This record gives sequence, C-alpha cells and structure tokens, in this order.
Amino acid sequence: MTNLAPFSLWSRFLALPNDSRTKTLGIAFLVALVSATAVSVTSVALRPRQEAHVAALREAKLATMIATLPGLADILRATGAETLQTVIVDLAEGAVATGIDPGSYDFLTAQTDTAQTVALTTGQDIAGIGRRPHYAPVFLLRGDDGLALVVLPVYGTGYQSTIRAYLALFSDLNSIAGLSIYEQGETPGLGSRITDPAWQARWADRDAVDPSGEVVITVVRGKATGPTEVDGIAGATRSATGVAQLVRFWLGPDGFGPFLTRLRSGEGE
Amino acid sequence: MTTKALQLLTAPLIDNNPITLQILGICSALAVTTSMATALTMSLALTAVLTTASAAISLIRSHLPRSIRLIVQITIIASLVIIADQFLRAYAFEMSERLSVFVGLIVTNCIVLARAETFAMRNPVWPSILDGIGNGLGYGLVLMIVAAIREGLGAGTLFGVQIAPLASEGGWFEPLGLMLLAPSAFFIIGLLIWAIRTGSPALVEPDEFPFRAPARKDQP
Repeated sequence: MTNLAPFSLWSRFLALPNDSRTKTLGIAFLVALVSATAVSVTSVALRPRQEAHVAALREAKLATMIATLPGLADILRATGAETLQTVIVDLAEGAVATGIDPGSYDFLTAQTDTAQTVALTTGQDIAGIGRRPHYAPVFLLRGDDGLALVVLPVYGTGYQSTIRAYLALFSDLNSIAGLSIYEQGETPGLGSRITDPAWQARWADRDAVDPSGEVVITVVRGKATGPTEVDGIAGATRSATGVAQLVRFWLGPDGFGPFLTRLRSGEGE
Repeated sequence: MTTKALQLLTAPLIDNNPITLQILGICSALAVTTSMATALTMSLALTAVLTTASAAISLIRSHLPRSIRLIVQITIIASLVIIADQFLRAYAFEMSERLSVFVGLIVTNCIVLARAETFAMRNPVWPSILDGIGNGLGYGLVLMIVAAIREGLGAGTLFGVQIAPLASEGGWFEPLGLMLLAPSAFFIIGLLIWAIRTGSPALVEPDEFPFRAPARKDQP
C-alpha cells in the first residue's frame, strides 16, 4: 500500500473543500509551478533561434551603414569583398585575441557579465557604462591597398538610455567615415533626434583623433567651427553629448585606443 | 458535430461577436489592423492563447478556489501569452517586431479573461475549447475586415500585394492617409456595429436610461 500513498494524498487534496487554506495554497503553488515550467522551457528552447534573428538584424544594420558610407560601395565592388572580417580584440592589450572565435563571442552578453568586464573609475567612465568588457569585436574591411575601413561597435549612456552605434573609421584611423546609431531609448521627439540621418551624416569626415593620438572630437552647441567638431542638436543636448562621450570613450585609452595605436603602426595587420 | 457544438463555434462570429457585440478587445483591434498580415498574426496568436487558456481553466475549474480564481486565470493566460510571444520571436521574427508590444498585451485583452470567467469556469473542456476557437475566429473576422479596409484604402495593398496602382507611381489611386491612423479603425468598427445591428435588431440592447444619451461603460 505504501506505493499508493502519493495517489491517496493527491485524491485527499482534491477532495478538500475548495475554500480551505491548504487547497488554496496548493492550487496556487501548482498553477505557478506548471506555468513557470512551461514558460522557462519554451524560453530556453527557443532562445537560439531568437538570437539568430537578432544577430541577423544587427548584421543587416551594419551592412546598411557600410552601403551608405560614401565611396565604400566602390571599394566593396573593387575588392569583391562581400562581408567584413570580424576580429575579437583584447581591449587592455590592444591586440587581436586569437583564442576567441568571433562567431561565437557574444559582445552584448559580455557587457553585463561581471566575469567578462572590468570596472571603470568615475574618471575613466565618460561613456557612463560602469563596466567595460575585456574583449570587443572589430570589423575590418580591406581593399586592394590594405585596410580601407574599421568599424567599431560602441555604446554608452545618453540622457535616459543606452545608445548603441557603429562607428566607422577611415584607414588613417583618425577620421570618422560614418556613425550609425541602431539602438536608443531617448525621449521621443527630443533626444531621439540623434537617430536623424542628417545629424549622423555630420559625423562623416570629422577628425576624431589628432596626430598625437589625443581624442579631439566634440559635439558643440550651435554650429561646428572646425573639423573636430560636430553640431549639437537644440533640445537634445544631453543625448548628443552622450553620443560624443561614448565616441570619445571608445576611441580613447580605455576603449579601442590601444588597438587603434597598434593598427596605425602596422602591427595589427 | 452536434448542433450545440456548432452553435458554440459560430455564434461568436457575428451574433455574439466579441468585438462588435461584446465591445471587447478594441485596443488591439485599433493597433494591429493597419495591415492584413499583422492582423492575421494577431488573430492567430489570440485564438491560440484563448483556446488553450479556456481549455486549461475549464480543466481545473472544479478545483479552483473562488478567492484566487482571477489571479490563477491571469497567471495561466499570461504564461500562454509569453509562450505565444516567444514562438513568434523565434519563427516569425519580422512579424513580432511589427506587432511589438501588442502580442504581450493579449494578457490584458478583455476577450480572454471574459471567456475564462464567463464560459470556461462553468463549462466542460470540449465546449470551452469550441468557445475559445469561436471567439478567436470572431475576433479574427472583425480584425481581417477592418485590416482589409484600412490596408486597401490606406496603401492600396492587400497582404502587401499592390492591388491599385498608386498615384505617386503613375497610377490612379490616391491613398487615404487617415486609414493608417488609429481613429479610422474606430470609424470602421463603429460602422460595422451599426450595420450588424441594423441587420439584426435583436442585438440592440434596451435603452437603460431612456431620457438621456445612453452612457455605456465599456472596457477598452
């Protein structure tokens, strides 16, 4: 009879009056358990497919940006290179990390994983990201005469959200080829104007880094007066400054700076 | 199929339609009907959630303590909605991007809770399933009609296929921009309700406040 005990317990539970405390708690617990299991199983089972879609979307955005950059369509056509070469960079070392497969490295997950990030001091953290991943992907496009373009994934905090963008540098690694913001949650109508293509186009052909390696790009109020300045947006000061700060951070010594220095000297080739 | 079962399935299509008679689920009907493809996906998602929720709730109805029945119903519905949303994200990613939050908002869609509370709690599993499918189809039918009118007049397309050449591309059809805005869905649903009630006056409710304009307290 012992092996029937669970069944008799179950039928005794079901026989309880519906409004008894035991049954109320029991039903609540069972419903929660079954629902939670169903949701978790579905979520875990379907995640690889969903992530593939998100990655495809990200790549499509990147490809769109590359296609709209001036002159790049010609480079692509000339070299016949359909896709970019992706390398994973050890940011502190400034070198390509050969031990990591670019296809499987998840930059987005790494950004919030304490094991894969390093804490930044307040002075370092001008992009407002708190912690920076050890490794980051970099996209390289090579033409007939060497490196043609470097695309860096960058992100930082704007006024109220994380702004994510791709920053493309010309082969001198000092001037910006283009900036494409693909994710932001700034105030609609105000800060969200950083996604305005006309404003993003103002980043093209700006000098971001001076010959000594100092990051000089800024967003100024009103009209830009030199090649290192980008016009601000009235009503979106904080968001536009946030974009400038994240660009400065990722080009600087705590971002891709060491890697870019190494690439300039030809070592990264 | 017996007459009663058929009745369960077909009554919500017109005579007891969740949107035009019960005036439930209007919010999502406004939001997803700018194109037929989104309306169809939304209808299928809602029908799937409604049917499974009704079946699950009907299955445990005799053991459901009254004091926690609403929270249990919502828990079941919310879980099913998350599952439906996850499936859409995995197998119809672009569509789920276009539907954005509205699949998630099926949780708050009055139709699902209304069918759970008024039907599934009082009826066996099979009739509850039929009732769920029927109401889902009724919802879908109205959505498809509204979406066909909105997409057809607003963009000259049906399911994304151009049926009328646009004036901007050298054709004769000048799209009606209003149709792509939310208010047009109100107008169309209003006209539908008017047409249905003119056709079958039995559906018109008696006037509760004969000397004043009828004040309806409907849920969105």
